[in-house]
Amino acid sequence: MLETANAQGFPLLSLTVFLPLAGAVLIALMPKRHPLLDFAIAIMTAGAAFALSTGMLAGYDSDWMVNSPRAAFQFADPATPARWLPGGITFQIGVDGISIVLVWLTTLLSLLALLFSATAVRVRVREYIALMLILETGILGVFCALDLFLFYVFWEAALIPMILLIGIWGGSRRIYASYKFLLYTMAGSALMLVAIIGLAQWAGNGSFHYFDVIGGMVRPALDQRFGIPGTTFAMDLRVALFAAFALAFAVKVPLFPFHTWLPDAHVEAPTAGSVILAGVLLKMGTYGFVRFALPLFPEVAHAAAPWFLTLAVIGIWYGAWVAFAQEDMKSLVAYSSVSHMGIIMLGIFALNAIGMAGGVLQMVNHGLTTGALFLLVGMLYERAHTREIAAFGGLWSAMPRFSVLFLIILFASVGLPGTNGFVGEWLSLLGAYQAHPVWGILGAFGVILGALYMLSMFQRVFFGPQSELSASMTDLTAREIAVLLPLVVLVLWIGIYPATFLDPIEATSTVWAAALRAGAEVAVGP
Amino acid sequence: MPTFIPLLPLVLALPLAGVVLLVLFGGRIGGRASGWLATTMVGFAFLLSLAIAFEYEGLREAPASSGTEADHALDDEGSHSVEEHGASPEWPVIERKLWRWMRVNRSLPLVVAAEPLAVGDTIDETMLDIVDVPYTDALGILDLSISVHRMWSADQALGLVARDAIEVGEVLSDMNVSAGADQIRPLGIPEAVGDFSLDVGLRLDWLSVLMLLVITGVGFLIHIYSTGYMAHDPDRRRYFTYLNLFVFSMLVLVLGSSFLTLFVGWELVGACSYLLIGFWHRSEANASAGRKAFIVNRIGDLAFLVGMMLLWTHFGSLAFGDVLPRAAELTGLAAIAAPLLLLGGATGKSAQIPLYVWLPDAMAGPTPVSALIHAATMVTAGVYMIARVHPLFDNAPGAMAAVAVVGGATALIAALIALVQVDIKRVLAYSTVSQLGYMFMAVGSGAYVAGVFHLMTHAFFKALLFLGAGSLMHAMEHGAEHAGEHPEALDGIPYEQDMRHMGGLLRRAPRTGWTFLIGGLALAGVFPLAGFWSKDEILLEVLAHGGGLYTALYAVGLLTAFLTALYTGRQLLLVLFGEPRSEAAAQAGESPLSMTVPLIVLAVLSIVGGLPVLSALGAPFPERLGDVLGHHAVEGLDKIVLALIASAAALAGLGLAWWMYGRRVPDLGLMAGRAGAASRVLWGKLYVDEAYHILFVAPFVRIARVLWKFVDNGLVDGAVNGVGRSLLAAGQWSRRWQGGRVRGYGLSILLGAALMVAWLFVAAP
Repeated sequence: MLETANAQGFPLLSLTVFLPLAGAVLIALMPKRHPLLDFAIAIMTAGAAFALSTGMLAGYDSDWMVNSPRAAFQFADPATPARWLPGGITFQIGVDGISIVLVWLTTLLSLLALLFSATAVRVRVREYIALMLILETGILGVFCALDLFLFYVFWEAALIPMILLIGIWGGSRRIYASYKFLLYTMAGSALMLVAIIGLAQWAGNGSFHYFDVIGGMVRPALDQRFGIPGTTFAMDLRVALFAAFALAFAVKVPLFPFHTWLPDAHVEAPTAGSVILAGVLLKMGTYGFVRFALPLFPEVAHAAAPWFLTLAVIGIWYGAWVAFAQEDMKSLVAYSSVSHMGIIMLGIFALNAIGMAGGVLQMVNHGLTTGALFLLVGMLYERAHTREIAAFGGLWSAMPRFSVLFLIILFASVGLPGTNGFVGEWLSLLGAYQAHPVWGILGAFGVILGALYMLSMFQRVFFGPQSELSASMTDLTAREIAVLLPLVVLVLWIGIYPATFLDPIEATSTVWAAALRAGAEVAVGP
Repeated sequence: MPTFIPLLPLVLALPLAGVVLLVLFGGRIGGRASGWLATTMVGFAFLLSLAIAFEYEGLREAPASSGTEADHALDDEGSHSVEEHGASPEWPVIERKLWRWMRVNRSLPLVVAAEPLAVGDTIDETMLDIVDVPYTDALGILDLSISVHRMWSADQALGLVARDAIEVGEVLSDMNVSAGADQIRPLGIPEAVGDFSLDVGLRLDWLSVLMLLVITGVGFLIHIYSTGYMAHDPDRRRYFTYLNLFVFSMLVLVLGSSFLTLFVGWELVGACSYLLIGFWHRSEANASAGRKAFIVNRIGDLAFLVGMMLLWTHFGSLAFGDVLPRAAELTGLAAIAAPLLLLGGATGKSAQIPLYVWLPDAMAGPTPVSALIHAATMVTAGVYMIARVHPLFDNAPGAMAAVAVVGGATALIAALIALVQVDIKRVLAYSTVSQLGYMFMAVGSGAYVAGVFHLMTHAFFKALLFLGAGSLMHAMEHGAEHAGEHPEALDGIPYEQDMRHMGGLLRRAPRTGWTFLIGGLALAGVFPLAGFWSKDEILLEVLAHGGGLYTALYAVGLLTAFLTALYTGRQLLLVLFGEPRSEAAAQAGESPLSMTVPLIVLAVLSIVGGLPVLSALGAPFPERLGDVLGHHAVEGLDKIVLALIASAAALAGLGLAWWMYGRRVPDLGLMAGRAGAASRVLWGKLYVDEAYHILFVAPFVRIARVLWKFVDNGLVDGAVNGVGRSLLAAGQWSRRWQGGRVRGYGLSILLGAALMVAWLFVAAP
């Protein structure tokens, strides 16, 4: 499976990844300040990236295991790794079934966030747009990089625009929130850099390329199992390297107890920033586990799984419980993310095919649902200039369309069958149950807890006697509906016919899960 | 060739199309047209269901020629004191897969030898085949390490040398194909296993046909009724959208061919219930009742969900056709846990102890909703589900007994609480809980046919009673309008629902009154109305099951029958007879035909609904349903004597009601829990809600605040900020060589990283 292919022979993926960056550069080069033109460029480049990634999602061959050339990583660019920097650093990007859906999600949410921002941002519009586009390229690169150093570069590249977005266009405590975000992620990523350098030296024999590194990590163990002489790493070194990766990713997810930067960052971030932050930036953490921390260290992952599953379950319970107490709608959604990301982690650390497929699908689902929730709260905030739950009440009569859309997204968030949330949660929990029933059962309590905080909030905002503030609200405009409608359609689409996304995910996660189990068996013995 | 059966998905599509049309165009066509659109959709669904039912009837096969390909015989292997007849089903089970919902396993390709190889042969591509091996780690069939080894090494087998004699079809890996190593290990090709995807599919047998007819039929009547009842509501469009969505969801529930499809409907009806209970959402109480219903149901759903995970783990499938015939394979803890978890789900949906508390509050919704969802269809889903998956329960007598005990206790307690209610809808609500308990007793005794039979008759007469109550409330409002004043609301109960303000309504609203009377008598179990037959059937089966527990349950059932007649008689007397006790009742008026015609149809069904069970008529009902649920014949008991005993209990209850409330003018001052300690406790609903609040709700809310304010903002965040502050202090101390704060952090992080890299290089293997 460690093969790349580019059947098209055309740099589709590179175009997708770098188009937004090109848009940003173009905007920066524009001689005069034409906010409308800036927006047009941004929407066009982000839209083109979305169109390209849609094409790639449709063109991704989920049956790569039987179709030649049997490469999980498709649309690779360049087809063979190119030398980039001295010291064995290569350049190659490619997508497997897990990356492709995340790439697609990123381009979609970036486009919608930009569309939303057309009215929401009034100061330094040009810089804002440019940063959004740079952010998009950074995140896309993270999901495509096939070289560990390249991955790190994109990882950091995505971080900086996000910090600036929060720090410049954020709320009243934006400076505090952005520093907190910066320090948390820096602390994690610095250790990851160390681990990457170390891996390239010993496992990759001086190459930073993913295949070389993973081959170097897994081959010796396999050889040993089958009696082929070779050296393996000392276990404590593997544990240390795993821990360095895991910390960086756990902060990003965020896994309890590394989550406290998240509510601050969300509450202060501008709406579009929250959409990207919750929608795709958090997925960089879970993606990191799936792509690096687990396959590189299968035996450590197996040994550590109970710890991560415990933290995931705590996160599910704790995030939901704290969300229940929130008075601000945005921080409620932020804490709900902690809970939902717990379900994703539960699926991933089940270390089996079903759980991993469910976890990855749930990454997409959470991106769509939480993205939509932040957009909805943002639209409300634009009108009311407050997000305090108690200030509303009886909103349904004033904003019926808004209410219906909110309701559908709420159902997706609580995992009602027929919406995307159910498919992802069910598979994640089923996978966790197979790892051990206790995890599945404890995680499944999220089903009740999610309904508790979501429905309470919904009731307080939309039902009951109408508050003065609610009465003064106007319903959604056509543009706002246009921003939300794709998300609502997708919520139902994935709920009813998930194959569009689940097939590529499942094709890849089946193999990874098998590899994980095999890798662990080999190292520890069957 | 069947014409209508292939159109089964259309039955689902019609109400769903109604939802879509109402969402898209409802605003343009207005409320009245919305109502008729929704009604038409359900009407067509009902007609199509009728056609399907008739066609299905025609598919009967001669008993001898069993074993067609469509057969999925659900053999009843339980051990009962009753004999079973006719094991081979006469009607085929028709299953139809609509689409693959979730793909959860995929074949892993393995490279195998296409021709035999000797040791030392050089291998090239022409000697290889790729075969698919279905992957599942649920069953652990595949030796994963081998296949994965193969995957890691990509095509390394090519051009290598066989170090082992390789048979045709043998998996090639580094173990038998290598340039150097000499170790030889045996390899086997894993056996192919089945498809493990989760499908969306439909299943047609007599159980689902019956449910189909009840849902679309009663649903159609209630849609018609609603066009009248909701005629003046500005939000009719939203109402009918929800109502159509509910019919669709309920059909998914009963037609689903797997646990998972059933669960989809199961949760969707819960969501519709949530929306419809809180339909008049401006009132805080309604919204809270809706939320309570959803969350209590979700507690049950959690159990259901875990049950499904358990079943999947054991069977690798959730399709009824895969799981149920193999139910006996479950042993030990799983055998008892699976049905108990499903029972947990059923107690939520069907409002049984301990999760019944949501149903009485659910009466906050519009009355037709109470009739359709909270009496006739949704709340019976638990009974349907247990009957549907009965092989799992047959396999665990302990779980069966649990079902029966839960049912018996619920039936009795709810009937007791119903005795003191004064709200016309609350009496019916507790009565519904109690009657559902009856059905649970039945299915818990293995009498699935009797349970489903009672489900059907109850759907007729309880829908009738609720709709009648709605019509009477209409009549009261009408009267209050005429009188220009309305009575004061007592004990927080709206005047139009308070039976203390009613009386003599039989004369003022004769069509509603007479049909309500028929419904009440059917509920009380008066011969020969529908309720008599189904209740009698249940009591008979419970007693026939034998054993001390079931004999005690028979006594409970009998007592409940007496209580049912008592509270029903009380209600009928307070509402329909005597003198009007308010100006509104005195001037009450009859409802329009759109409301009374459905009442009349339901009244007819409540009269004749029990007849299909009669052996004199060929017992068409047990014969057909027994085809799915197992044929039972009770022997050794005198049916006539038992029927007389049950009738005597019912008549005694009605008589006592007359003695207390009909003989003289009832003392209203003693009602609503003012007639001594016992009535106060019953009026307080045994304080279960209060207990739940103290035990669960209040601590949850309090802990939530503590977790947020103290733990999250204080402890977790504080710990991290503390680390930050100590770094800051270090920065202060060392500010000679480190300038700003963040740069200071960044620098120290980089410095540390560099040190670690250095250390790693030194410590490298």
